[in-house]
Amino acid sequence: MTDLQLRGISKSFGRVQALDATDLSVPDGELVAVLGPSGCGKTTMLRVVAGFERPDAGQVSLGDRTVVGDGKFVPPEHRKVGLVPQEAALFPHLDVERNVGFGLPRSARSARVAELLELVGLPGYQKRRPQELSGGEQSRVALARALAPRPSLILLDEPFAALDAGLRSEVRNDVRRVLRETSATGVLVTHDQEEALSIADRVAVMRAGRVIQQATPVDLYSNPADLHVARFVGDAVELEAVSESGVAQTVLGAIEVRDGVGGRGVVLLRPEQLELNESGVTGSVLDIVFHGHDALVRVGLPTLEVVLRVVTPVSVRVGDTVAVKVRGHAQFYPLV
Amino acid sequence: MALLLPTLVAVGVALLPVAYLVVRATEAGWETWQEVLARPRTLELVVNTLVLGFLVTATTLLAGVPTAWLLARTQLRMRGMWSVFAALPLAIPSYVAAFVWVSSPLRLQGLFGSWLILSLSTLPLVILPTVTALMTSDRTHEEVARTLGLSSWATAFRVTLPRAMPAATAGALLAFLYVLFDFGAVSILRYETLTRALFATYRASFDRGATAVLALVLVALTVAAVFVERRVRGRAGRHRVGSGSPRNAQTVPLGRWAPVAYAWLTLLAFLGIGVPAISLTNSVLTGQQGGVDAAELLSATAVTAWVAFLGAIVTVALALPVGILLARYPGRRTAVLEQFAYAGHALPGIVVGLGLVFFALSVAQPLYQTIALLVLAYAVLFLPKAIGATRSAVETAPPVLDEVARSLGRSTWGAIRSVTLPLAAPGVAAGALLVLLSIMKELPATLVLRPTGVDTLATELWTRTNVAAYSAAAPFAVALVLVAVVPAFLLSRAYGRLGEGDQ
Repeated sequence: MTDLQLRGISKSFGRVQALDATDLSVPDGELVAVLGPSGCGKTTMLRVVAGFERPDAGQVSLGDRTVVGDGKFVPPEHRKVGLVPQEAALFPHLDVERNVGFGLPRSARSARVAELLELVGLPGYQKRRPQELSGGEQSRVALARALAPRPSLILLDEPFAALDAGLRSEVRNDVRRVLRETSATGVLVTHDQEEALSIADRVAVMRAGRVIQQATPVDLYSNPADLHVARFVGDAVELEAVSESGVAQTVLGAIEVRDGVGGRGVVLLRPEQLELNESGVTGSVLDIVFHGHDALVRVGLPTLEVVLRVVTPVSVRVGDTVAVKVRGHAQFYPLV
Repeated sequence: MALLLPTLVAVGVALLPVAYLVVRATEAGWETWQEVLARPRTLELVVNTLVLGFLVTATTLLAGVPTAWLLARTQLRMRGMWSVFAALPLAIPSYVAAFVWVSSPLRLQGLFGSWLILSLSTLPLVILPTVTALMTSDRTHEEVARTLGLSSWATAFRVTLPRAMPAATAGALLAFLYVLFDFGAVSILRYETLTRALFATYRASFDRGATAVLALVLVALTVAAVFVERRVRGRAGRHRVGSGSPRNAQTVPLGRWAPVAYAWLTLLAFLGIGVPAISLTNSVLTGQQGGVDAAELLSATAVTAWVAFLGAIVTVALALPVGILLARYPGRRTAVLEQFAYAGHALPGIVVGLGLVFFALSVAQPLYQTIALLVLAYAVLFLPKAIGATRSAVETAPPVLDEVARSLGRSTWGAIRSVTLPLAAPGVAAGALLVLLSIMKELPATLVLRPTGVDTLATELWTRTNVAAYSAAAPFAVALVLVAVVPAFLLSRAYGRLGEGDQ
C-alpha cells in the first residue's frame, strides 16, 4: 500500500465548480474519511482519484507514481485503485466467486477468493448469487472484490448508506478491521459525521469544493477550524464572548480558551462540557430529548438557550430551575 | 473514446444512401432538377402521395380514437381478444394485404383500394397508443370534472379526449409516414405515388439523375413528416402521467349501444384479419389442385432466412457501439450522432435501395448485385430498431458496474465485454430478432438490390402478383403471414403488450 497525495485539484462541470484547487493527503496505511454535505465535491474527488473524471488542474500521486498531472493521465484500469461503490454494485450476472475474482488472473483466482471471503467473514459463499445476499453481505463481498487484486489504495463511496442502522455499525466495524488487517490505505466518502469520526484515522472536512480541515477525529471534534466545521461534526453550543490572554468572558462566566487572538468573538462548547450544578448561572429546563445512554437537556438562560448532554438517568424535569456550569477549556473564534 | 470510431462507422453507413442520392442528383446538373421539378407528372405524384396520406391519416384518427375508447373505457366482453384483433393488422405487411384484396372477387384497386388497405394496416398505430393513454390517465381528473357539474359526455369531450389526443395525433402521424414509405401496397393496387413511380423510372430508364432528384423529393417529404412526428411525440410524452400507479380508469357499461359496439369491432376484425385469413386459407386449399411449386417456396424461404440472418448480424454489430455510447454518454454531441444513425427512420426502402445502387455503380462496382450490398441496405433501414433495443438494454445495466470493472483492471472494451454485454445480452438478442423478422418482410430495397436469381418470399410474392398469377403467389403470402404474424403475436404475449409496428 502507498500514500495518496492530491495537490491543487480543480474540476468544474459547466458553471458548477465541484472541486476548487483542493488538497488532500492520505498517509500510507491510514483510512481517511472525506466528510461533507451532499454537493460539496467529495464524490467528484473520489472519481478523480479513481480516474473516472479528469481534473481541470492539479496533480494526484500514489506513492511516487503521478497518476494525473504534468500532462499525464493513467486510465482507471492501470491505477490499482480499488472501489467499493454505493450499494455494493455487485455484478448481477456473476456469482460471489466470480465477483470477487473479477480483477484476478484466472490461475490465482480460487485460492485468493477463498482467502478474502474468509477475511470478510463469508467463508463458503463462493457459489451464491448477488441477489441471494443481504445488504450487509453484499457490502462485504464488494469489499473483498476491491481488495482482491491488492490495490495500492481503496476507495469507499458511502458504502454503508443503504444499510439499516443496526447492521450499519456491525458492517462498519468489520470493514475497519479488514482494512487494518490488510494495512490498506483507504479513502471513505461519507456525509455521516458519526461514521467519519468513529471509523477513520483522520477526517477531511469538505465544503464548496475544498478540504477545509484535515485532522484526527479527536482533534477535529475539539478544535474545529471554524464554526461551520464545528456545527457539522457535532452538536455545538455557541456563546458570545470577549477574550483576553487565554480567558473568555461569557454569560456562563470566564472560560479558559486556547491562547491566540483576543477581542470579541464566539466561544464553542460541546454539550457534554456543560453540567448541571448547584452553583452557576440559573435557568429553567425547556425540554429533554432522551437518547438512551444520554439525554440532551435544553435550558433557557436569561439571554440565550444552551444544550447540555447529561448521562442518564436524568434527575431534572421540564420546568425545573437549574444551574449550568462549564467544564474544561473551549475554542474561541474571533469575529471577522 | 473507444466507442466513437465504430459509432462513426455506423453513422457513415446510415448516411451512405442519402449521400449518394445527393451526389448523383448534383452531378445531374441544374437542368435535370428544373426539368424534373417542372414536370406536371412530378406534381401529380406528390399530390397523389399526399392525398392518400391525408385520407389514411384522417381515417385512422376518426376510426381509431372511438375504437380505442371502446377498448379502454367500456365494459366490453373479451376485451383481450378484441385488443389482439385490433393490433394484428399492423403485423401483416401491406403488400400481403394488398395481394389479398386485389386477388379477391372485389379486385380492389387504385385510390379507394389503397386507402382502405393502408387505413386498415395503420389503424393500430392510432389505437394502441390511444388505448394506453386512456388507460393510464388518472381518473381523478374525470371525477373532479363531474363534481364541477359536467355530464359524462361533456367530461369525455373536455377532459378525457384532450388528454388522449396527443398520443392519437402522434399515432396518426406515424400512419402518414407509413403511407409515404409504402411501396408494396400502392404498387400492387396500381396507385401512382412517389415510391411506385421511383421504382418504375429506375426500371424503365437509365436516367439516374432524374431518378435521384425524384427520390430526394420523396426524402424531403419524409424528413418533414418525421420532424413533425417527433415534435408531436415529444409533446405527447409530456402529457403522459408520470411514475406512480394511477388508479385504473373507470369503465362505463355499453348499455343499448352494445350491438353497435360489437358490430363495429367485428367489422374491423373482419376487414383487417378475417379477409386475409379466409382468402389465404381458401387459396391454399384451392392451390393444392393448381399445384404449389414446393421447390421454389422452399428455396425462397431459405434465401429469406439467410439474408435476414446476415442482415440482423451486421445491423446489430453496427448498432452495438452506438447503443452503448448513447446509453453511457447521453449529451448534445451524442444526440447529434443519434439523429444521423437514425437516418433509416426517414428513408423509405426504395430510397435506400436506389441510393446504394448509385453508390455501387459510382465507387464500388464489385458490390453491385451482391448480397453484401443488400445486407448494407438492411443495416441502414433497421439500424434505428437495433440501436433502440441496444440502448435500452444497456441502460438497464448501471454504469457503476463498468466503473468497478475499470478499477479492477479492465480496459473500456474489457469492461463492455465482461460486464455490459452479458447484462444487455437478452435485450440485444430481442432487438436482433426484431430486425431479423423485419428483414424477412422487407420488399422495396430487396427488389432493387437483390442479385439476379436471388428471390425472397417478398419478391416472389410481388413478382407473381404483378403478372396476376394470384394462385401461384398465394403460398408465399401464407409463408409471409406466418413469418410476420406468429412472432408478433408471441412477442406481444411475451411482453404483455403489442409492440410497435414495422415499416
